[in-house]
Amino acid sequence: MSDEAIRFVLREARLLDEKRFDEWYELFADDAHYWVPLTPGQPDASQHNSLAYEDKLLLQLRIERLKRPNAFSQKPASRCHHLLQAPEIEKADEAKGEYLVRTQMIYTETRGDESQRYAATAWHSLVKVNGKLKIRLKRVDILNSDAALPSIQLFL
Amino acid sequence: MSRYRDDARALSALIEPERVHRDVYCDAEVFRLEMERLWARTWIYVGHASQVPNPGDYFTADIGAQPVIMVRHTDDSIRVLLNRCAHKGTKVVGDLSGNAGKTFRCPYHAWTYRTDGTLLHIPLAEGYAPTAQHQGLTRVSSETYRGFVFARLAPEGIAFKEYFGGSLSSIDNLADRSPEGELEIAGGCLRYLHNCNWKMFVENLNDTMHPMIAHASSAGTARKLWEGKPPSTPKPMSIEQIAPFASDYKFFDDMGVRVYDHGHSFSGVNFSIHSSYSSLVGYEEAMTKAYGAERAKKILGTVRHNTVYYPSLTIKGAIQSIRVARPLAADRTVIESWTFRLKGAPESVLERTVAYNRLINSPMSVVGHDDLHCYRQIQEGLAAGGNEWVSLQRNFSAAEERGGEVTANGTSEISMRNQFRAWKEFMA
Repeated sequence: MSDEAIRFVLREARLLDEKRFDEWYELFADDAHYWVPLTPGQPDASQHNSLAYEDKLLLQLRIERLKRPNAFSQKPASRCHHLLQAPEIEKADEAKGEYLVRTQMIYTETRGDESQRYAATAWHSLVKVNGKLKIRLKRVDILNSDAALPSIQLFL
Repeated sequence: MSRYRDDARALSALIEPERVHRDVYCDAEVFRLEMERLWARTWIYVGHASQVPNPGDYFTADIGAQPVIMVRHTDDSIRVLLNRCAHKGTKVVGDLSGNAGKTFRCPYHAWTYRTDGTLLHIPLAEGYAPTAQHQGLTRVSSETYRGFVFARLAPEGIAFKEYFGGSLSSIDNLADRSPEGELEIAGGCLRYLHNCNWKMFVENLNDTMHPMIAHASSAGTARKLWEGKPPSTPKPMSIEQIAPFASDYKFFDDMGVRVYDHGHSFSGVNFSIHSSYSSLVGYEEAMTKAYGAERAKKILGTVRHNTVYYPSLTIKGAIQSIRVARPLAADRTVIESWTFRLKGAPESVLERTVAYNRLINSPMSVVGHDDLHCYRQIQEGLAAGGNEWVSLQRNFSAAEERGGEVTANGTSEISMRNQFRAWKEFMA
């Protein structure tokens, strides 16, 4: 079962790198969030600023926007690449089908001649919904999240 | 080669009533002169008093590319000092913020200063001639208005109240929105690196001809997504916040804009994109209890869009967030976005504030991507020959040149012309 959680995380990164965003969106549970905190160790998103804290509606907005011809900031379009270290099972509750997976990664995003690269740690809280693993929370801690950062347009 | 430093006429010729020369955005020498003149002779936002609540607490920032320390002195007053040791020039403070105790001690040779900047101690002092350097850390003129700390690097110049005049009403409205009349910086600072000139950002704050175009892909898509949901679905806060960016020309024109002398302005004289937010449980009740029904209604009914405290600070009272321009070079600027807790208000108010801030002002914000892309396209487009001028003409009227408080239709470019009148005044 733990192998399934690890395969899930690897597939999730691949969907992003191949820009298969509609399939990526389907990996999230209905009440899921995608979270990129502003501060290392940040405990919550409701009383503190975050780089992103998005429910499925806002993820859908990003994905739909990327398809639109008037998304001018995507001319030229961005590309991304997730270089992952082997994901580790941090916590597992096999009976409930709940997993917390920790993955160290190097994230690269490019656009035209510009390139940015981040060291980051991804935390996937996964849960079984109708027999299939789904993301309840994907939290990505960027090593220098509180630095002055340029536009990050795709998904870490 | 110096083209502008010693040629007042050439510098002044960059600004015409209805257009400005591209060198104000692109030229490295003009940028240096801006930092030496405009950003030194005017009142620049440093930080907020709530960041230094106790004696010895400090916060560091850059004003016009110079490092400064904002510190609460032992007498409880807030001082602004240049962050530069009198000896070798070392920055005496390296951390962004902290508590210095009673003294700043240089990490290089241990020259030590009190928190008002005066020199306290030099090791083996008898070996040094008592020169002007022994005056300590250079003290900068500063003023604190409802917790907002501003500094003027130039020792002489325009007084604080004269500089900001009636525009201070927007800071009042922001602070009055706390049932206790007090603000507290909360939730950290989003820092967004802009590869463009600082003025493109500042001008855009009252540019209301761009949202329906530049934000069609973000706010316009949000509207479409929302329209597709079943009518019974409760409207989430995120839609309430992002959808109004796609309002039509009439909406933004009817909003109105008001300018003040010395470059300040605000849009949203009559209403704004923040006017239709749903009420938060317990907040209006707390306001009514604190101020009485009539005054509370007046405070909460003042819903301005962006106020520009030229050149460094832009505020949104209605959502309790501020953005601060920290220029680094002609084509490089850091935009800091800070958020406030309204003392005495329920937690849901700060929750709404940080939700707005990450949705609109984060380096990961789609609205931010729309805007920054346009600024960068200007920065690159201005390299084209053939037309060296940038238009600020929309709804120009010769009468506005007389200055003073002027209210105009919301889509007028009067705020930009007003900024450049101040630019010319303080660059001369």
